[in-house]
Amino acid sequence: MTTYYNEMVDGGVVREPYAMLSDWVETMPAEIRQMKQAEAEDLFRRIGITFAVYGEGGDPDRLIPFDMMPRVFLQNEWRKLERGIKQRARALNAFLRDVYGRGEIVRAGRIPARLVYQNEAYEKAVVGFVPPRGVYSHIVGIDIVRTGRDEFYVLEDNCRTPSGVSYMLENREIMMRMFPALFRNSRIEPVDQYPEILRRTLASVAPAKCEGTPTVVILTPGHYNSAYYEHSFLANLMGVELVEGSDLFVDKGFVYMRTTQGPKRVDVIYRRIDDAFIDPLCFRPDSMLGVPGLMDVYRSGGVSICSAPGAGVADDKAIYTFVPEMVRFYLGEEPILNNVQTWTLWKEDDYKYVMANLKDLVVKEVHGSGGYGMLVGPKSTKDEVEAFRKKIEADPSNYIAQPTLALSTCPTFVDEGIAPRHVDLRPYCLCGDRIELVPGGLTRVALREGSLVVNSSQGGGVKDTWVLSE
Amino acid sequence: MLSRTASNLFWMGRHLERSETAARLLDVGARITLLPNTEEGYRNEWESLLRASGASHAFSERYGDQIIQENIESWLFFDHDNPSSVASCIEQARESGRIVRTALTSQVWDGLNTAFQELRALERKRRSQLDPAMLTDFTTRHSSAVRGAINATQLRNDGWHFINLGYSLERADATARLLDVKYYVLLPRVEFVGSGLDNYQWQVILRALSAHRAFHWAYGGDITATKVADFLILNGESPRSLLTSLYEAVWHLDGLARRYGDQVPATAKAKAHETLDALVAHDIERIFDDGLHEFLSWFITEVSSISNAVHDDYLSGRM
Repeated sequence: MTTYYNEMVDGGVVREPYAMLSDWVETMPAEIRQMKQAEAEDLFRRIGITFAVYGEGGDPDRLIPFDMMPRVFLQNEWRKLERGIKQRARALNAFLRDVYGRGEIVRAGRIPARLVYQNEAYEKAVVGFVPPRGVYSHIVGIDIVRTGRDEFYVLEDNCRTPSGVSYMLENREIMMRMFPALFRNSRIEPVDQYPEILRRTLASVAPAKCEGTPTVVILTPGHYNSAYYEHSFLANLMGVELVEGSDLFVDKGFVYMRTTQGPKRVDVIYRRIDDAFIDPLCFRPDSMLGVPGLMDVYRSGGVSICSAPGAGVADDKAIYTFVPEMVRFYLGEEPILNNVQTWTLWKEDDYKYVMANLKDLVVKEVHGSGGYGMLVGPKSTKDEVEAFRKKIEADPSNYIAQPTLALSTCPTFVDEGIAPRHVDLRPYCLCGDRIELVPGGLTRVALREGSLVVNSSQGGGVKDTWVLSE
Repeated sequence: MLSRTASNLFWMGRHLERSETAARLLDVGARITLLPNTEEGYRNEWESLLRASGASHAFSERYGDQIIQENIESWLFFDHDNPSSVASCIEQARESGRIVRTALTSQVWDGLNTAFQELRALERKRRSQLDPAMLTDFTTRHSSAVRGAINATQLRNDGWHFINLGYSLERADATARLLDVKYYVLLPRVEFVGSGLDNYQWQVILRALSAHRAFHWAYGGDITATKVADFLILNGESPRSLLTSLYEAVWHLDGLARRYGDQVPATAKAKAHETLDALVAHDIERIFDDGLHEFLSWFITEVSSISNAVHDDYLSGRM
């Protein structure tokens, strides 16, 4: 029987960060709780946050359940996480700079060349080009799980365009609106400076050819996209234009947007569309979402694209296993945050072990996301395990395996009152002229009893995430 | 401002105004059915109102000659195949608003989104629980809320001008079309002019424009064709008159031209000023002498070319 770390009650005692919340929960009458829950849902629906997190698809007008019970970190817990996250973000960017340059890490034999250069996300079109300040991934979303008092593991890196940050901001906004007393009585670090820091970060990587104050825009695939709300939310808070591909055009080495006052030059594009779609002349010719000629302007230093095309090679699940190695290789430091133990099925020993222990492991597709295309051994039937085994046999190099993690739990409101439910965490690290991290992130919670899957497409919800100040 | 944003704001304004027009037609139609029949009975009146909404052809394609209250309610309020129904207009306005969410205050978005959510709830109800008065009420309540939020909270920037341009051009067009219908359909035979029936139908027009009481405040006495037409065409106090609507459009086009300076073409502004000058030069006797229908056709064409010029100047995204 696995035991799970309970973030509120450790060794039968309510931990310090949860002391006040524990009183709050116990003294809240059930009717008030139900009323507040309904109020929260109404607020979410009215402001229009109804999109799925992390590009999981699904009905764009569906609401993700919001749990009013916050998740709390102590200042010293957070400090350690913060150091580890920033370290990792630095290493990932150093790796990208390297593999689009001389490829030292491959030459040194620390990472197999095949995994890098034959990776689908490796973008040959940008080899030899160094983006401003050498930054490729400007917003690094790092998914973290906790398994004990001091045990934190990185589950996944997201170097392209991690989503969900609008939930971090709105969850806080709604909690402060509904329960101001909680905030008066605790010292909770604010998160609402995030959009301003994001804007500054993006402006700091403007190309050398930019004159005056950089014009930053967010490029969205459009209002049918499930994360459209987030795109418009961020554009609004940063005070920048939200553009679609058809709003932009290329002329004589620069990118312009079509405005009511004629063309206006654009310096930095925070794109929320995939590499394959950003320029039909360079990548997918059938893409209607991008801007023809954009990549030529990018490579000649006329515009910055964030994240840089090709950044995806760093967050692939096969590359993931080498991130601790990157930390050592580029930074000469020991990793502060560890990876989850991972078996790569293209290695013979790993393959044998995994195939013999399928029913105890979690197996994921290297390029999959959103909780799809994966096997959770302990939660699957014998038939499901055997069916998955056939898929692995067909193409072992497409899979990795990890132990079933004992994800920590947080107290969560359920029908009967309050009960522990499993959680994970995604903080958003910003990389430009500086590396910055707001104290907090998005906590996802598996609302079904016993479930370890926090994805919103599989019954997950979200919580406000607090970092207590000293 | 992005041309696409301006375009969405403009059309948001137009659709909000159009939803009110549809709701008002519904209200008038329902009222007619409560009164003693005249000539062909209410069938004729409904048909004229359908024509006013510019959709009698599409209606008959869908419902044949089943001009019955239930079908008309469906058509004017709920039908998504009718691009001018209340439901279509609210959805399109909300969709435009969603696309340009960043250009709207949260109060305006809240208003639009609430209208949309409540519309969905309404669509799930049984039709027998709904009556036309309630549907009209629903529409005017929500459109007033959005309108109020726009006035109270939106920055007085170019976006505000584009929303209001949409409102005013749509309103100018709707009033002109309603008047034209009166000419064409409500008065099938020339000997009706000046008869009791004629006056009653002018009242219907006033009601369709929510201007029944305002008219009495402004003119008093009998309802006559001249007075009503004057009220709806040339009276600068009447909120839906052609003059007021056009004047507002001019005001917003002037604001845009001032804001954008000489670098941006202002053909819409020039065109609107020209039309306004021509309108002011009319008096109501002359309009009747020269033919109301001819006058209205001229006006509708002018409004449409102003709208096209707005598109060319600002919304098309010149490169």
